[in-house]
Amino acid sequence: MSVVEDRSWTGRLRLRAVGSLPPEKLLPDKQPTYVSSWIYVFGVLSLSCLAVIIGSGTILALKGPGWWHFTGVGHFFNSIHLWSVELFFFFMVVHLWGKYWMAAWRGGRARVWITGAFTFLVAIPCALTGYVSQQNFDAQWISTQAKDAMNSAGIGAFFNLLNFGQMYSYHVLLLPAAVVAIVVAHVLLVRKHGVVPPFELRELAAKAKEPAAATQSAEQETRA
Amino acid sequence: MTRRERRALETERYRDWKGGYRSYDLVKEASIALGVVLALCVVLTILFSSPDEKPSTVQSWARTDPVDFVTTATTELDGSSATGGYGPPYNHASSGQHMGFIHLQKWLGVSHPVDTAKDFVLAPLQSITGQPTLQAAVTTYESAPAKQQTAWTSAYEKGLNKASANPNGSVSVPGSRYGPLPAMMSGLLSFAQAGGLDGALLTSKQFYQTDYTKPLLFMADGGVLADRAKAEHLVGNQWGMMNETGSYPGQVWLWLYTFWYQIKPFSTSANADILVITVMGVLSLALVLIPFIPGVRDIPRWIPLYRLIWRDHYRALAG
Repeated sequence: MSVVEDRSWTGRLRLRAVGSLPPEKLLPDKQPTYVSSWIYVFGVLSLSCLAVIIGSGTILALKGPGWWHFTGVGHFFNSIHLWSVELFFFFMVVHLWGKYWMAAWRGGRARVWITGAFTFLVAIPCALTGYVSQQNFDAQWISTQAKDAMNSAGIGAFFNLLNFGQMYSYHVLLLPAAVVAIVVAHVLLVRKHGVVPPFELRELAAKAKEPAAATQSAEQETRA
Repeated sequence: MTRRERRALETERYRDWKGGYRSYDLVKEASIALGVVLALCVVLTILFSSPDEKPSTVQSWARTDPVDFVTTATTELDGSSATGGYGPPYNHASSGQHMGFIHLQKWLGVSHPVDTAKDFVLAPLQSITGQPTLQAAVTTYESAPAKQQTAWTSAYEKGLNKASANPNGSVSVPGSRYGPLPAMMSGLLSFAQAGGLDGALLTSKQFYQTDYTKPLLFMADGGVLADRAKAEHLVGNQWGMMNETGSYPGQVWLWLYTFWYQIKPFSTSANADILVITVMGVLSLALVLIPFIPGVRDIPRWIPLYRLIWRDHYRALAG
């Protein structure tokens, strides 16, 4: 019975998923001893910002694009949305720099780096579409200025910054979905491969060999 | 051992951690981080709020700066405005920007057609009913030969350099020989000041409207947006659109993109936008592909900031 199940598409998918990410890797309760620096908190801080962005954005979307302009509560949630975006980019950039100086792509972790870099790149148009969907002077100015870059590359033919309806759709659904999808892939890859180990230092490696060499020579002396 | 073999060996060495582990509570860490971020956002919101400058409208523009409005409308009529000569995706007046033999702007074509004379001036004027003198002026203009139309608009544009706004909101243009233009522009100005042009520029085949391409292009051709932007430190040589109204950080992550516009050859090139987009495209690709770029991927090894990051680990090993 179980053999038949394992041959099904569902069974194979489950086997592969559990094989790549067993529960103890997906939700670990231990981590390598070298993970002890403040730089490691910027990844989880970026994820937390993304959660606040989506939460505040959902409230703004539920009430419609005009709500925040004429209500105090709406303006409050718009401010939360703005500051969570600012913090998201700040934490994400620190996280990226930290991972760069760790050369975090080592040990077969290139896809972890690639998905992280893509998150940053896709988040930029996601934020831009938010700025041009604000229905205020900032939206007017930013859209009329940024259109030239889009048009020069031919992107303006199908991505019109002056079309509020199109930009709003991109901002509340298409680009956030892309960011979340890439972030999910990134986190799963981190869980699968683990946090990159530190560079090995030659002097420490040599020192580590010393006791072993001493033990070996002592054994030889004993045998003699 | 070849370089490839050495790299493969290194990859295997760093693939899995074979040293010690310590206890860790992922869910607790994530919950605390979420709480900290939420608290930070609330504090920043209470302290700084968020900007929301009211948008400009064609009506407010026509009321506060009627000379600029009429001047812009005249350039729309003869096609000499920025939009009139833009090229794709709005019209075929030029081929747009290019980089070498690559003409993406031209190749993608006119996807949002805008006829500045018809869309911004003639059609709105024709929608005004009950003014036979105005409609007669429009008919006179439309039935005149192109050479005559150009003579009227050129003379009128020169006259507008010495024009002045009257207390009642109208515009006085010294001189004559402007044909039907004074009547047409007076009618358009009144229509705009009453708020009718804001709606007329959004008119399309359907009832619901979400596309502000035409009114935004029209306003961008005039000084209404640029004057406000300059006062709010938002124009190109003030690091442009990465800034935001007020003293807010804006889109600081666009600093590198905006930086290129401040230096030559980008700052003086007619193809600045496509050049900057190309440079940023190459740099973005490089960011994604850092693990595979020799030299760039080796810098962290040469400048050992990692010793600082993992100092506890190295200290424990040394001890």
